[in-house]
Amino acid sequence: MFAYSLSELGAILAMQGFAGLILFSVFVLMALGLAIIFGQMGVINMAHGEFMILGAYVTYLMSNLFGGFLPALFGAYFFISTVFAFFASGALGIFVEWALIRHLYRRPLDTLLATWAVSLILQQVYRSVFGAREVGVTIPDWMMGSLPVTDLIEVPINGLCVMALALAVSLGVWLLLFRSTWGRQVRAIKQNRVMAAAVGINTEWTDRLTFGIGCGVAGMAGSAFTMIGSTGPTAGQLYIVDTFLVVVFGGAASLLGTVASALSISQAQSIMEFFLSGSMAKVLTLLLVVTILMLRPQGLFAVRLRK
Amino acid sequence: MLARMTGALRFSPAEIAGFAILAAVVFLVLPLALDTFRLNLAGKYLTYAFVAVGLVLCWGAGGILSLGQGVFFGLGGYCMAMFLKLEASTPAATRIQSTPGIPDFMDWNQLTALPWWWEPFHSLAFSLVAVVAVPVALAWIIGLAMFRRRVGGVYFAIITQSLAAILTILVIGQQGFTGGVNGITDLRTLLGWDIRTDAAKEILYFVNGALLFACLLLARFILKSKLGRVLVAMRDQEDRVRFSGYDVAQFKMFIFCAGAAFAGVGGAMFTLQVGFMSPTLVGIVPSIEMVIFCAVGGRLSILGAVYGTLLVNWAKTTFSESFPELWLLGLGALFIGVVMAFPNGLAGLYADHVEPRIRALLAWLGVRGAMPAPVAGGAAREMAPARSVAGGRQSGRSLQARGGASPEPGP
Repeated sequence: MFAYSLSELGAILAMQGFAGLILFSVFVLMALGLAIIFGQMGVINMAHGEFMILGAYVTYLMSNLFGGFLPALFGAYFFISTVFAFFASGALGIFVEWALIRHLYRRPLDTLLATWAVSLILQQVYRSVFGAREVGVTIPDWMMGSLPVTDLIEVPINGLCVMALALAVSLGVWLLLFRSTWGRQVRAIKQNRVMAAAVGINTEWTDRLTFGIGCGVAGMAGSAFTMIGSTGPTAGQLYIVDTFLVVVFGGAASLLGTVASALSISQAQSIMEFFLSGSMAKVLTLLLVVTILMLRPQGLFAVRLRK
Repeated sequence: MLARMTGALRFSPAEIAGFAILAAVVFLVLPLALDTFRLNLAGKYLTYAFVAVGLVLCWGAGGILSLGQGVFFGLGGYCMAMFLKLEASTPAATRIQSTPGIPDFMDWNQLTALPWWWEPFHSLAFSLVAVVAVPVALAWIIGLAMFRRRVGGVYFAIITQSLAAILTILVIGQQGFTGGVNGITDLRTLLGWDIRTDAAKEILYFVNGALLFACLLLARFILKSKLGRVLVAMRDQEDRVRFSGYDVAQFKMFIFCAGAAFAGVGGAMFTLQVGFMSPTLVGIVPSIEMVIFCAVGGRLSILGAVYGTLLVNWAKTTFSESFPELWLLGLGALFIGVVMAFPNGLAGLYADHVEPRIRALLAWLGVRGAMPAPVAGGAAREMAPARSVAGGRQSGRSLQARGGASPEPGP
């Protein structure tokens, strides 16, 4: 690291920092859905990665569809497919909640196992439908390339788009949870399920909707993911551990904590990646997070609960 | 004290029958019915049964679900593989390498000397101790950090799962020291005895079976002793056990370490029988699959766990040989079915449907005292929660379970 001049080192730090920001956006997108499902409902959704991949495949289909039939609108297909991805993953999520999860609310560890079975089935379905090979989408021209900021620092446009999407989704989730009727009901149920039901909240439907929205956000994450990487049937499993750690590290019930932990984990990883090999950076980051969690199990931002 | 010990050692007739039938299956039926190749495969499955039995202790009895048992299996296996690899890498056998006398993968990765932590694995005694000691030491550290802080349930599962991920990435990333994604391969002899011959494979199968039975008896002893009772009580009402003056964390650490030790032995036997060890047996997916074996067999029954392991693996081999597309779908469906409909797995099915028939048949034949009364019968029944697992804990308790996302200790 001493072979670089000071300005070069600064540029490297800035570029790595920006790469970290893109990773951060992806983490935030993935973790937000999980934070809703895990933080608000206490359900461990091991199939979260597969819901994400569904969003990615929806984007892939839309990219082919627009490329083949609506080339005029191709520049805008990404935004349309993000919305489609939300509804596709959300609908699947609602179905899974109805078919499986609602029977298992009293057995959190069993939910973990059942949703893992769902993830296996979804993986096989993806493999049968889309093939075992990874697929990539065609990125519209305007998203290619990068914006030069200084001589040494360049900012990729697709990364900026992912960041913008992460910001929008975070805002949306915040509005939904803290400013909408649904959000009020979810929080009421979390505080006291029996009383919430007694004042007329349809707890079953709210649970289902919560699960659906969480999965829908995962779908949007998958859609954003196609902008920076390709999609394979088992890609979801690669991210599930990171995502869970982000949520747990942040403090399960806190949205702000989720964002803060996504930021610290992604920055730590991308800065270490420059000095160490990629796998060692990952190992060190994960070890650090696990160690901190062992010392402080409630995570960064613990929500104070009166017990 | 002695009376209590012998009380835990006393077998009921039904238990003797259960162990005898399993022994007959493992030591007679399988060796007689299968050729050496298939027998070796069955031996490989039985190494997973060590892990499944350990999970019965941790998860079924203790209520601690670990999604990182593959880590302990892998550590045990790697300790054995390191010894075997060093024995296979004599300077004479590796003279074509640029540095003779070190394992081949180290040479490929431009290492010129054996890392210091490989040195002790020249000794078989050290390696055999390490097979158990390394997994137990790691489990003890994890347990010390987590159980003392009363982290349990879902949080524990996620942390152990991330450990599985960490170890896999580490082993794959450090290929100069660990053999990377290929693992440690080309293992030949154990103290000069060739482990690749058919005769050796058959002998190893029986050694494996004997070790499995030793573990089963040990697990049964733990479950039947007072310790086992405390574990079950702790799983169902942790706070009450704590208020009664028991150190809950100590019990959890003990049972978690016991599960890790079993897994380590299983891993070492895997290495000996299959002839390699690789990170594909350590990661997240194999760790969860081991939980499946345990769940299918019945998370409350040590014998059920062995049958579950054999059955799921047999199905996996058969399906993936003939219908590779269907295997994951089948496994997923099987698992959903077990979780939703049969939370006590095969052992639960046996206790609910087969055992009463046998008892009725015996009564009809006029055999008295051949089977104990239903209340005392079957380990699974004794360990089951007051209401069946499927029924769940009712009302007030369930609220706590739903809000259980918070890691803070209970009220």
